[in-house]
Amino acid sequence: MPRCHAGAMAARRGATVELREVTKRYGETVAVDRLSFTAPAGRICVLIGPSGCGKTTSLRMVNRLIEPTSGEILIDGHNVLQEDPTELRRRIGYAIQQVGLFPHRTIGQNVATVPELLGWPAARIRARVDELLSLIGFEPARMRDRYPAQLSGGERQRVGVARAMAAEPPVMLMDEPFAAVDPIVRERLQNEFLQLQRAQGITVIFVTHDIDEAIKLGDRIAIMRAGRLVQYAPPAELLAHPADDFVARFVGSDRGLKRLALLTVGGAELDPPVDPSRLGGAPVLSPAMTLRDALSQMLASEAQVGMVRDGDNYLGVLTLSHIGRLLRSEQPT
Amino acid sequence: MTAGEPLIRWDWLASHAGEIGQRVGQHLELTVIAVTAGLVISFGLSLVALRIPRLYGPITWTTGILYTIPSLALFALLVPYTGLSLLTAEIGLVSYTLLILIRNIVAGVRGVPEEVRDAARGMGYTDRQILWRVELPLALAVIFAGIRVATITTIGLVTVTALIGEGGMGYFITLGIQLFFSTALIVGALGSVLLAMLADASLVLVQRALTPWTHAR
Repeated sequence: MPRCHAGAMAARRGATVELREVTKRYGETVAVDRLSFTAPAGRICVLIGPSGCGKTTSLRMVNRLIEPTSGEILIDGHNVLQEDPTELRRRIGYAIQQVGLFPHRTIGQNVATVPELLGWPAARIRARVDELLSLIGFEPARMRDRYPAQLSGGERQRVGVARAMAAEPPVMLMDEPFAAVDPIVRERLQNEFLQLQRAQGITVIFVTHDIDEAIKLGDRIAIMRAGRLVQYAPPAELLAHPADDFVARFVGSDRGLKRLALLTVGGAELDPPVDPSRLGGAPVLSPAMTLRDALSQMLASEAQVGMVRDGDNYLGVLTLSHIGRLLRSEQPT
Repeated sequence: MTAGEPLIRWDWLASHAGEIGQRVGQHLELTVIAVTAGLVISFGLSLVALRIPRLYGPITWTTGILYTIPSLALFALLVPYTGLSLLTAEIGLVSYTLLILIRNIVAGVRGVPEEVRDAARGMGYTDRQILWRVELPLALAVIFAGIRVATITTIGLVTVTALIGEGGMGYFITLGIQLFFSTALIVGALGSVLLAMLADASLVLVQRALTPWTHAR
């Protein structure tokens, strides 16, 4: 998969986060029950599950906003429970759904929060703030001195992510950071975030309740239920081999289609080229297109096949029956 | 007031300009001392109430009782202990500011959105940094609302301290009552009202300067 490739290239800065048998009890209630998983360096690890499953509690234990009852949390092998919580938090990016920008500080000052706490020199802070504002598509000179109240919801979410990344943290914790915006803005923010994350090589632990978001962003997905980890796998494997009925229901009965969205036309087996004059009405597909989009186009033009072209280069023919075989095979590709 | 005498004798005003100025100064001094001391005490008690929430009830209950004591009675009660002095006046004036100031400081800090506090803690602010850099700046608007009410109330109450030999503009009010002299009465009353309005307007300006984010567009 091309996404893994990009992740591997950027893995130079991210840290590995490992949870070992982490448990959180509130009196008799067990919020998180012996949770163990490893988030590989430079990857996005999504925690997902129904409300109350312990995903947010788990996230907040990593930077010790919540103290675990037992278990260990290691960042690059160092146990966070032996560190000063304040120092620890300054090394970990933190972005939440309600954003929590400081209303009394300008956008520039908000982004500069952690670098200032870390005592960076003023010139370096200023350069980093402008760099990040540009990265999220803001013109620094125009946006730097505005207050959060002067921004739209989507713009505030962007600033929240930029602020979390400001001090170049090796790990970022994100709790439904894109949930409060409309679907069109959300998709744009997700795409921007993926690019940023790949470029900066940060390890991300990401909480969501939206399975489509999890599949889109996650290199690994941890499905939780009632405080326990039910399955931990890359999205394609989760869709192909749900561990049990709960996971199968959670990922949805359209999981086959969701899996097609993770695969590209270029990655599929093609039949040899056929003379276009014999393929009346067949749509033209590009190798970068997802199989899901390809299927949609073929169905729309009532064709059994699609011609795969990369510019002028005619690569071959994708058939409906091949897509069907992929759906039936349930093999992670 | 003697029949045939004008409501305001301008010649008296002119000949007493110096004394009026002096009393205005005294009025402001009594007010500034009272509000400043009240703010310091209220700030301390508010921090206690914020740190230990179960003390908030007793603190507002006690200051609430102080607030309900009639000012005349309070000054009369204090005189045997602290005499006819500035201290007596200030003890009374300060105690009337506490309830308003504490309630506003605590409400202002508690009114800071939880997600802002969570983000601050999550990014590595210490509790002290959260208080000074996040909660108090964001509470400023509400705190200032309290300071304005406390200041206006104090400026009115200062006139009552004329009975124990202080009083600012209150001096002219008692003078006017004793001598049936309307000019002094009006100078005292109107002067006190004008001072209150001016003080309130200045506080609004100070607040706007301190909280630019509330009116940025």
